[in-house]
Parts: sequence; structure tokens; C-alpha cells
Amino acid sequence: MQDVRDALYVGQRSDGTLTRRPMSPHLQVYRFRLSMFLSIANRAAGVAAAGGSALGLCWISAAAKGPKSFSKVQKVTGNPLGQLLLAGWALALVYHFVAGLRHLAWDSGYRFSKKEINEDGPVAVGVTLGTTLALVTTILGVAICRSRKKAS
Amino acid sequence: MSNMKKPHITVMRSQLSRARGLGSGQAGVGHWWAERASAVALVPLSGWFVIQVFRLAGASQPEVAKWGARPFNTTMMLSLVILTFYHTQLGLQVIIDDYVHGKAHLPAGLLMKGIVFLLGLFGTVSVLKLALAGSTKGRVAAG
Repeated sequence: MQDVRDALYVGQRSDGTLTRRPMSPHLQVYRFRLSMFLSIANRAAGVAAAGGSALGLCWISAAAKGPKSFSKVQKVTGNPLGQLLLAGWALALVYHFVAGLRHLAWDSGYRFSKKEINEDGPVAVGVTLGTTLALVTTILGVAICRSRKKAS
Repeated sequence: MSNMKKPHITVMRSQLSRARGLGSGQAGVGHWWAERASAVALVPLSGWFVIQVFRLAGASQPEVAKWGARPFNTTMMLSLVILTFYHTQLGLQVIIDDYVHGKAHLPAGLLMKGIVFLLGLFGTVSVLKLALAGSTKGRVAAG
């Protein structure tokens, strides 16, 4: 016996002769749809959000360690490159959150038809981008205002 | 797979025994529910954390320490850290199940679990240290 999965590819025609069942075609034969991008983007966002959370531990551990370590973290969060990283983390978290809510709705039997899924996709993109932009700009604004107040 | 041209049966087992042998592994439902339950719990916790980020944006270390020493904040932060990394472990396990095949599957899963466990524990210890260090400092100053 070779691979055990070989056995599952053998089927019978109605006349009794044996045949090989078809395999599902590779991804590249399908036309691009937004829903297929949003599906894999949710997985990628989950991984990115996890990586960002691992980095986020630096913040809480530095706060626990003391003012010296915390000022090092503040150098990163005050730096444009660090802020870009934080914005990316926020984008991943917000999208994973939005897509997760959609999954919970689908699991409960809502908005699960092809038509509804295709309608909701662009809405999910809009909500994600809008929420991320609003969060990032307001948090940055609050942080800048507060540090200016302290400096003066 | 072999024998593309001429299909033939290579396994001397009945269809029924094959179907029975390849049935559910039984652990899937628990994993599925754990993923959903942790996701639902993370919805209010994340909302709370976003509000805290607004409160703490641009804060100094003593301000963060004072915030972290409040028992309510400690409880919420511990829940957030533990559930975040628990949910991470569940999600990454699905990705490993999908893309890592053969002999590498088990070690990849164990390695991922080890790393995520250590990260979660590191976060837990940090939150606790922030909480307990703050309260002892207050006691020393008072005494």
C-alpha cells in the first residue's frame, strides 16, 4: 500500500468501473474576489496582532521595571518609525476584531448568504480603515497634547 | 500520488471500516468553542483597553505605575493578557494544522505553544510586578 490517501481518490462509475476522483483545483485558477482576500487577511492580521502583542509586552514590562526602562520604550513610541509600527499593530487588531465579529455572526447563522457576504465585505474594509485612522490620530493627538502640557 | 493513469484499489479494507477509521478526532469541537469563547471575552476587554490607552497616552512611568496598582486595572489587564495569548495559541495551532504536514507538525505545535506560553507568563508577571511594586512603595512611604 502506498499513501493511504490514494485509496480515497478511487471511485466507482455507475457501470462499476473504477475511476480517479477529481482533485480540487489550485488557488490560481479562481478569479480574484474581495472575500478571498478578506479571509486570508484575517489570518494574516491575527498573526500580526499576536506579534504586536508580543512587542506590546515590552511596554508593560518596562513600566514594571522602572523609569529608566520606561524612558527607553518612550523613545520608541515617540519615534515616527515606532509610531508606524504601532499604527500597523492597530490596523491588524482592528481588522481582526471586525472580521472576528463577522465570523461570530456567521457562526450564529446571520449574514451568511453569498449575497450578504459580498455586501458586507466593502463595509468591513471601510469600518476597519475608518476606525484605525480615528484611533491612531486621536491617540497620537492626546499623547502630543499631554507631553506638551508637561513640558510647559 | 501514484497510478494517475489506471485507477485501482490498493487498500484491502471495506469502505465502512475506512469511514470509521477516518472519523472525527473528537477534540475539534472543544478547540472551536474555546476559540469563540475567548474571542467573545476579548471584545469588552479590548474596548476597555482602548479607553485605557487614551488615559495613558503620553503618561510617565509613575503615572502608569499608579494606574497599574489599582486592583480593578490589574484584574482587567491580567484577563486581557491571559486571554490574548490563549486565543493566540488557539489561532496559531489552526495555522500550523493547515500548513505544516508530516513529522514537523507535532514539534512545530509544541514549539509554538512553548513560545506563546512564555510570552503570556511574561506579561502576567509584568502586570503583577507593576501592581504589587506600586502598593509596597505606598506602604513604605506611609511607614
